[in-house]
Amino acid sequence: MSLYRDTGVVLRVQKLGEADRIITLLTRRHGKVRAVAKGVRRTTSRFGARLEPFGHVDVQFYTGRTLDIITQVQTVDAFGVGLVDDYPRYTAACAVLETADRLVPEEGEPALRLYLLLAGALRALSGGERDAGLVLDAFLLRAMAYAGWAPAVTECARCGAPGPHRAFSVPAGGSVCPRCRPAGAASPATETLRLMDALVHGDWAVAEASGDRARRECSGLVAAHLQWHMERQLRSLPLVDRQGRVEEQTT
Amino acid sequence: MYEGPVQDLIDELGRLPGIGPKSAQRIAFHLLAADPADIGRLQDALQRVREGVVFCEVCGNVAEQSICRICADPRRDPKLVCVVEEPKDVLAIERTREYRGRYHVLGGALDPLSGVGPDQLRIRELLNRIGTDEITEIILATDPNTEGEATATYLVRLLRDFPGLAVTRLASGLPMGGDLEFADELTLGRALTGRRAV
Ligand SMILES: [Zn+2]
Ligand SMILES: [Zn+2]
Repeated sequence: MSLYRDTGVVLRVQKLGEADRIITLLTRRHGKVRAVAKGVRRTTSRFGARLEPFGHVDVQFYTGRTLDIITQVQTVDAFGVGLVDDYPRYTAACAVLETADRLVPEEGEPALRLYLLLAGALRALSGGERDAGLVLDAFLLRAMAYAGWAPAVTECARCGAPGPHRAFSVPAGGSVCPRCRPAGAASPATETLRLMDALVHGDWAVAEASGDRARRECSGLVAAHLQWHMERQLRSLPLVDRQGRVEEQTT
Repeated sequence: MYEGPVQDLIDELGRLPGIGPKSAQRIAFHLLAADPADIGRLQDALQRVREGVVFCEVCGNVAEQSICRICADPRRDPKLVCVVEEPKDVLAIERTREYRGRYHVLGGALDPLSGVGPDQLRIRELLNRIGTDEITEIILATDPNTEGEATATYLVRLLRDFPGLAVTRLASGLPMGGDLEFADELTLGRALTGRRAV
């Protein structure tokens, strides 16, 4: 019998049998881990709600034949508590979880940087100080950089000519110079690309000073770039509730 | 892996909730050995469910006719509506014999990770009922888990603008028979917010 311990974020839970669940976590040292939590759906379970999505937990696993078994859980951060009380933040956090899950296809493959990005994004979303849409887009941009296909923001995606450039093409890989600009490229506002650059580099002063139009355009481009590189569409991204922002605009 | 139809049957059974691969295999071989008359009755029952089950036009609960027994019962208080995720939650609340109002079945919880947003649930139907019926109180009784809590949050945001409508949430707290020190943070946090004067 072999036991190991790690810290991770609960990405997904699936029912198994009468009372068990399969919990998918992104852990600090073991990458993605799928493990069984026995009896977790009973109200008397000692795991309680610690293994719900968004939970940042310290877990002890027992190595099983096909799936590992969770034997102990302690909460590091109960991110879910702050998220379920705010629907826009909850939906943004769902898109964060699904993206992290999809970017690590293999179990057991270390993904420390993505784990740190994930925990950081959930901390920011549940804390509530920063705009949920900006936190989500910053996470998506950095997660794409982790995966190796971040959009070019300041230089031309094709020839590398320094920008900023006026055109943006998802198939070309981001912003493009006038000479490389393919047909069908978008022409986002200068402020939009400045915002995107600020989100990539964590320059929150610039990001938070951005206007609604730039934010909307930026999240549209980020989503298009992400979906272009994903084999299957993300389910949660179209369901991200940006209502708060729309309301601000109309009043 | 078995060959052909037997494996197909095991695969189909294994997709049912609460049935793991081992149970699926056990049920499949039980069916193979069963009396053909028993199989026939099971087949009939499945067929009838597929053809015959209707959902109540008012509340969305499973029903035999277009209006379910509870919605048709004049003794049930029409001013009080309890919002639940699934028909099985109606049964759970009915078993307490404490509740005399009516229901609204959403058909699930808001779960973006599974692609379920507001348009996939019977939320618009709920708003229509509030707009036309004499409802004065909505009790939110979604599941006390992440998706259920988020669904309640969403509904509160929608419902708080209806004048004269009280919106309440089922108190969720510590399971009876447990020790406080073993309660997790989510449960303990909810129990604190839902505390009451004694
Ligand atoms: Zn170029
Ligand atoms: Zn009904």
